[in-house]
Amino acid sequence: MSQSIDYSERIPNNVDLAGDRRLQRALEAWQPAFLNWWAEMGPTLDTSDVYLRTAVAVGREGWAHFDHVALPEYRWGVFLSERDEERKIAFGDGKGQPVWQQVPGEYRAELQRLIVIQGDTEPASVEQQRRLGLTAPSLYDLRNLFQVNVEEGRHLWAMVYLLQAYFGREGRDEADALLIRNSGSEDSPRILGAFNEETPDWLSFFMFTYFTDRDGKYQLGTLKESAFDPLSRTCEFMLKEEAHHMFVGTTGIDRVVKRSTELMREHQTEEIAPHGGIALNVIQKYINFHFSVSLDLFGSETSTNAANYFTAGLKGRWQETRRKDDHLLSDDHSEIEAMVDGQVSSQEVPSLLALNHDLRTEYVADCQSGVKRWNKVLEDAGLEARLFLPHVGFNRHVGLFSSSKISPSGEVLTDDQWAARESSWLPTPEDKTHVQSLMQPVYERGKIANWIAPPNQGINGQPFEYEYVHLA
Amino acid sequence: MNSAGEQATETETVPVFDDVPVTHEVPTVSFRTRPEDYQHWRLSVDGDIATLTLDVNEQGGIVPGYELKLNSYDLGVDIELYDATTRLRFEHPEVKAVVVTSGKEKSFCAGANIRMLAASTHPWKVNFCKFTNETRNGMEDATENSGQTYIAAVTGACAGGGYELALACDEILLIDDNSSSVSLPELSLLGVLPGTGGLTRVVDKRGVRKDLADVFATKSEGIRGKTAVAWRLVDAVAPKKDWADAVAAAATKAAKASSRLDGRAAVALAPLEPTITDSEIRYRHVTADLDRASLVVTITVFGPQGAVPENLERIYELGADFWPLAMSRELDDLILHLRTNELELGTWVFKTRGDPSGVLAFERVIAEHSNSDWFVNEIRHFYKRVLKRLDVTSRSLIAVIEPGSCFAGPMLELALASDRQYMLEGLMEDGVLSEEGEAAQIVVTESNFGAFPMSNGLSRLGSRFYGEPDSMDRLRKEIGARLVAEQADELGLLTFSLDDIDWDEEIRIATEERSSFSPDALTGMEANHRFVGPETIESKIFGRLTAWQNWIFIRPNAAGPDGALRRYGTGQRATFDRKRV
Repeated sequence: MSQSIDYSERIPNNVDLAGDRRLQRALEAWQPAFLNWWAEMGPTLDTSDVYLRTAVAVGREGWAHFDHVALPEYRWGVFLSERDEERKIAFGDGKGQPVWQQVPGEYRAELQRLIVIQGDTEPASVEQQRRLGLTAPSLYDLRNLFQVNVEEGRHLWAMVYLLQAYFGREGRDEADALLIRNSGSEDSPRILGAFNEETPDWLSFFMFTYFTDRDGKYQLGTLKESAFDPLSRTCEFMLKEEAHHMFVGTTGIDRVVKRSTELMREHQTEEIAPHGGIALNVIQKYINFHFSVSLDLFGSETSTNAANYFTAGLKGRWQETRRKDDHLLSDDHSEIEAMVDGQVSSQEVPSLLALNHDLRTEYVADCQSGVKRWNKVLEDAGLEARLFLPHVGFNRHVGLFSSSKISPSGEVLTDDQWAARESSWLPTPEDKTHVQSLMQPVYERGKIANWIAPPNQGINGQPFEYEYVHLA
Repeated sequence: MNSAGEQATETETVPVFDDVPVTHEVPTVSFRTRPEDYQHWRLSVDGDIATLTLDVNEQGGIVPGYELKLNSYDLGVDIELYDATTRLRFEHPEVKAVVVTSGKEKSFCAGANIRMLAASTHPWKVNFCKFTNETRNGMEDATENSGQTYIAAVTGACAGGGYELALACDEILLIDDNSSSVSLPELSLLGVLPGTGGLTRVVDKRGVRKDLADVFATKSEGIRGKTAVAWRLVDAVAPKKDWADAVAAAATKAAKASSRLDGRAAVALAPLEPTITDSEIRYRHVTADLDRASLVVTITVFGPQGAVPENLERIYELGADFWPLAMSRELDDLILHLRTNELELGTWVFKTRGDPSGVLAFERVIAEHSNSDWFVNEIRHFYKRVLKRLDVTSRSLIAVIEPGSCFAGPMLELALASDRQYMLEGLMEDGVLSEEGEAAQIVVTESNFGAFPMSNGLSRLGSRFYGEPDSMDRLRKEIGARLVAEQADELGLLTFSLDDIDWDEEIRIATEERSSFSPDALTGMEANHRFVGPETIESKIFGRLTAWQNWIFIRPNAAGPDGALRRYGTGQRATFDRKRV
């Protein structure tokens, strides 16, 4: 049975906000701060309303409904997946014991840190994308951008709920700080470096939603396994919304690739920039950049923190319960890629220490599926060229490859070799300037910019021509 | 603290004991006794002079597995000594000097029993030493603050803990018979330290030169006669024929010089009769709830019921039922009980319940009479010693200040002794505390500025604000004011001031987090934070001597199968790891 969301509240929720004074006080104080933040740091484009999906229940069917909503009136709220009364801890020292409904004092600091880091990324992406509305290629894309934005906003709510409901005074302070730090701010930047870069154009936005949001999906997946049940249930519901963000990225890149093939065919050249398109080698450079930056978000391949989190039951592995091992890993070993004697090779380490590597491996396999789709577009267009994911050691600034220079195909390079070829692998200022030059807004119903193909279908059964956004 | 001088010869006649220490099941220890039940001490009073005679019952060990030969002692012997020294102060207002002597011909006291130590767990050793230290500090406190001067009349061998017992006396007389000696053989024979104040008091209290102290503490046979006097290890020697006179003269002289205050008749210390179950301990004014799942004990101290009398006549009439004394004795007994018997309950939450006005009457009684009446003076110093016990307790202490509590003046010391102070702002909207009409308040009084000093010589406020003397001046202006949480917080008296919404959860998380940390590291951290500023003999004994001793106790050179403590009496030599650490 689906738990319904109580819309009679100022803050829609399924956590019995009405019966929890502490939460009420905290969230009611935080809500105006959030709305201020949205007004200052949210989308810059003025709209009167947007055709948005809003969560209305957390059950399997019919969890959302669609309607035109004025952005500031979006019903941000607090929704957790349904509670499984029988749920047991699936891994680590506490395996088999009932999951925790309260934060154990022993793990307060670690859980709070995990939630703060996750929470910090949610508003960061809204901040990074705030100006994209000014250059949307279509109303359909504009709508998708705002959908992603409001849902990232709601994910912030989800993390804030956990901080305020379970972490007392410190939790409230941390919730406030989530709105004080800002992407790219000199004085008080977001915690993770990748979230302090502005998303400058729509190609970057699609890449971001494909690669970086997918990192988020995998991080949420590990937290979904957490022994701290409210965190687990929160993340489970967030994953449902996150799927749409992946969809925006996947189909976005699909459509850019598709349009590029059309322009290549039409003009019989790979050099489609002069014809208002994005050349395949530039798309590849964007893939190289966003993939490698996202890999850095997984942290170092070997990590004692991750091992401690696992043993304590705070953070599991992707699809932990489907794994066929003892879920303790105390004696297991894993192979990881690493630099050995100046060569890319593998080394064996205790599996507990290789959990970041394990998660990253799952992620890379998932990323590969998108590449397959895009190559299908190329194949269908009768082109030889193919897109690919660069080697995991390419352009890394975190982890075992961070002090080496490695080409997209996995060759180890000297600094000079790297410098000579970097511009053929990563977007150059000229590439970015060109992509930027294509970013002219198209706000007319049913129209779309020249550098991207229209989608195969619209949102919620509506046609592409549907008026997804009413501008102010 | 232990001695072996005489035991060394004794062990040749008894079977060699096992290489592996036998650890017997430790009984629940009670610290409540009375002179009629003593097995090891005799207490006699003649005019203004009392005599405490140590005559240990060899078969009377508190744990099975060893015989208390040669007046060696264990915890049970020391529990009686503690009882005797306390009763002397309350039940014998006429006593002005106390002679400590031996009932055995050839041995004054051979110190802590070595077999007992070798067979004991580490926590048992540590707790035992802490308690014996506190009792010896109490003897010095009686000399200094009660006008009961302790005199050691040493006949026979006085070794290790035996000599440390003598060191706790104000004066040491040694019989000059060419065989009686004083010694500290722990280092040379057992590979441990004279840890009950021995090393500290030799140099710090008696002023023995450090090179001579070095010779003395490594010379197992000890020092006799005139050399002992010359080195200041004892104050005087007397031959056997003059011995009784010399002791009497010293006692009479001390009694004459006594500062013992006048007052009324003796106050009998009626037996405490707590109800003890697995989950709670109840006295009349103090209760403890034992939560074995979360490893937390909640100690609630109840303020006086009804008015506290302030005239001496009524106070004497109440005697041991006078709330400040009754409460202090109960708290003292509870602390000892928990410390010894509940090792795993690592966090003590302190609460109080009652009317602050009643507690403030206690304050006024002290202010008015503790300088003139022996009984009130004793109550003040007894409570002071209870608080000092808390200071050296290896548990996390958390004060939880709620509506209906009475952390005022002397009772505020419980909060100040704690490692953290949590106070509720306003009232609870629901739950058990919501019935109270008024928000929680605390009261700072004059007594918080010095009536109950810590072992570092500072008040607990002085210790708290060691780095910010201005705060003390600000607080002086608030003396007597009823401070609600917001004010108390502003004055620096609280760690956290919390409203009702956060209250339960913050305290749960804090105590759970505490219970998850390493108990050893917590003990070390707390002991470091609690004692700021100057050192005293007492603080050195707990902070330096004890810490080193406890380290040595777990080192293989002492406690390993080949270590000196375990090898002692086996005929085998200890094998040492020669590395200096």
